[in-house]
Amino acid sequence: MTTVAATGPPSSTLTARSLTKQFGARTALSSVSFELSVGELVAVIGPNGAGKTTLLSILAGVQRATSGEVTLAPERIGWVPQQPALYSKLSVAENLRLFARLEKLADTESAVERMLTQTDLEQRAGEEVGRLSGGNQQRLNIAIGLLSEPAALLLDEPSSSLDPRQRERLWTFVGGLAGRGTTVVFSTHNVAEAERYADRVIVLADGELLFIGTPPELEGTVGGDPRDFETAFVRFLHSRGH
Amino acid sequence: MRWLFIKDLQILRRSPLLVGLLIVYPIAIALMIGFALSSPPGKPKVAFYSGVAPGKGTISFGSQKINVSDDASQLLQSITPIRVHSREAAIAKVRSGEALAALIVPADIPQQIQSLVSTGVGSPTVELILNSKDPLERQFADQAINARLADVEQAVSKQVLRVAVSDLQQVLNGGSIQFLGQNVPLLGLRNSRTVLRGTIASLPPGSPLRVALQQVVGFADLAIQGLSFASPVLGSIGTPLTVNRTELAGSTTPTDAYAVAIAVIVSLMFLALLLAAGMLAIEREEQTYLRLVRGLISPGRLLSEKIGLAAACAGGVTLVMAACVSAFVHLEWGRFPLWMISLALAALAFGALGVAIGALAREVRAASLLAFLMALPIAFVALVPANAVSGGLQAVLDAVAFVFPFKAALQAAGNAFNGSAPGIGWPLLHLAILTAVFWVIARISLRRFAQ
Repeated sequence: MTTVAATGPPSSTLTARSLTKQFGARTALSSVSFELSVGELVAVIGPNGAGKTTLLSILAGVQRATSGEVTLAPERIGWVPQQPALYSKLSVAENLRLFARLEKLADTESAVERMLTQTDLEQRAGEEVGRLSGGNQQRLNIAIGLLSEPAALLLDEPSSSLDPRQRERLWTFVGGLAGRGTTVVFSTHNVAEAERYADRVIVLADGELLFIGTPPELEGTVGGDPRDFETAFVRFLHSRGH
Repeated sequence: MRWLFIKDLQILRRSPLLVGLLIVYPIAIALMIGFALSSPPGKPKVAFYSGVAPGKGTISFGSQKINVSDDASQLLQSITPIRVHSREAAIAKVRSGEALAALIVPADIPQQIQSLVSTGVGSPTVELILNSKDPLERQFADQAINARLADVEQAVSKQVLRVAVSDLQQVLNGGSIQFLGQNVPLLGLRNSRTVLRGTIASLPPGSPLRVALQQVVGFADLAIQGLSFASPVLGSIGTPLTVNRTELAGSTTPTDAYAVAIAVIVSLMFLALLLAAGMLAIEREEQTYLRLVRGLISPGRLLSEKIGLAAACAGGVTLVMAACVSAFVHLEWGRFPLWMISLALAALAFGALGVAIGALAREVRAASLLAFLMALPIAFVALVPANAVSGGLQAVLDAVAFVFPFKAALQAAGNAFNGSAPGIGWPLLHLAILTAVFWVIARISLRRFAQ
């Protein structure tokens, strides 16, 4: 299977080289390679079981690849798991303070203030996380991933449990991060979201990287007159035997 | 690690119901177990009817009279008697549930005993009517009454034997008996033999009476020899079993202190197990485990933090508990440092077992349930007395008790509180080894968290 690499990044921050992950006899990722540039917003899309979460886990350092390497150290990568990884009995500020201390940040309180401001959660700082809406929990989840001001941020299906209004606010926030130079990689089932917000998309299927490029470039590979990006994506998968 | 520790304390502070339950429940269980172990069995309520009229409980045996009513009164010591005036009233008490059982002594019981004692024929019988609704209560009442009936039997038997031995001594040595209001002297075999020997000596050498009287003297000799052996033989039957008690070297734990040690260790076990298992499982349930071990803290240090938290809480609470209980039960305050060491090591061992359980479970509820389900069997297996079961089963129970911290914790606490045997060194070492083993098991199990 040939990987389509439509465009190359001008200055790379995160590079994956021949990442392979085996679970027993099953291959979850098969020699996946790519380079991401500074401030780039990249979506990882693919059918269920494609290896999206496994790829993000390996990039984050949560799982070890069977072979291959990631150029950026895990300490310089922020990771936001699919489910909010927060202590529901602690307040917003207490969660931020705890992780800031565990990150051994020089100035804990200013880091907490900065993240409260960035996520627009100042008014909810003293509120128990368990009482927050799903959208606010996700914002705090992302804020914790950003505490150490990482060079790259990995988001595993960040919008899956949000309503349209919360999704809109999330992408505005994430877009702002990328605009400030943070490389953002997110996985999603919602290909329309990928088309709308991502600079480039990585298409995975059965652990193989099938495509990396802009959404229009993906549409261009299938030719004809696809009604929308989702149709083009499905056609692309069919054309590759998936 | 201290920030995680503080975070866990914050979480506990925000869960007052859980913390309250964690403290109150094990203490309540421990107090119940301690109370059950240290309290003597209660006396069952038994309806009691005696058909024997006052002053009619005396039987005649040989030259003496025995009052069986005096011995029968022992029966009432182990029960709370509800005295009634008829058999029917006694049965009614049982039917109504007011009494667990009814004990009915027939009016002719003195005559039955008299017949048995005099002729060896008959079977004196009392009637016991038990409430069959509750098998446990039925067994309780049955055992209490049967134990005392055996005492009464033995007391009557002893009296009969004492009278028999006394009469036998009179036959041998002579004495006097009351007969028709007159004091009648008894010569006795030994005196008879002396008289006969004197008579034989006074007879002429060729007298034909000499041979006959010599035969009587020979019979007296044999009878004296035989009856001389009979007294101790009868005495030994009257006291069929003599228990010779020997205390092995080393002091033993007083029952009250032992009950306190059990109560404290049961509380400590519940607290440490549930806290450690629950607090580790929270990291998984809140999805924070992977975020933490992704460079913020190693899995091993995370485990140590949870064990330390559980040990600090459980050790602290049970130390206070022991100090409070010492106001009522004698515990040696001079050994207070050993209290702290034994409770700390016991709490660490149970904490390590708790994190092993927490690492196996996927959520807090499952971890708590698993910890709870394991706790009681662990305690009960360790509390089965030696030789209470067959050899093979005992070996299995010993092996199970060995791989869990309860027995070692109990031995260490028992020694710390009262200096009882065995010594404290081996139990403390055992607890330290178990802590390390369960830490390793938890560390291996944690790999499942990453999947």
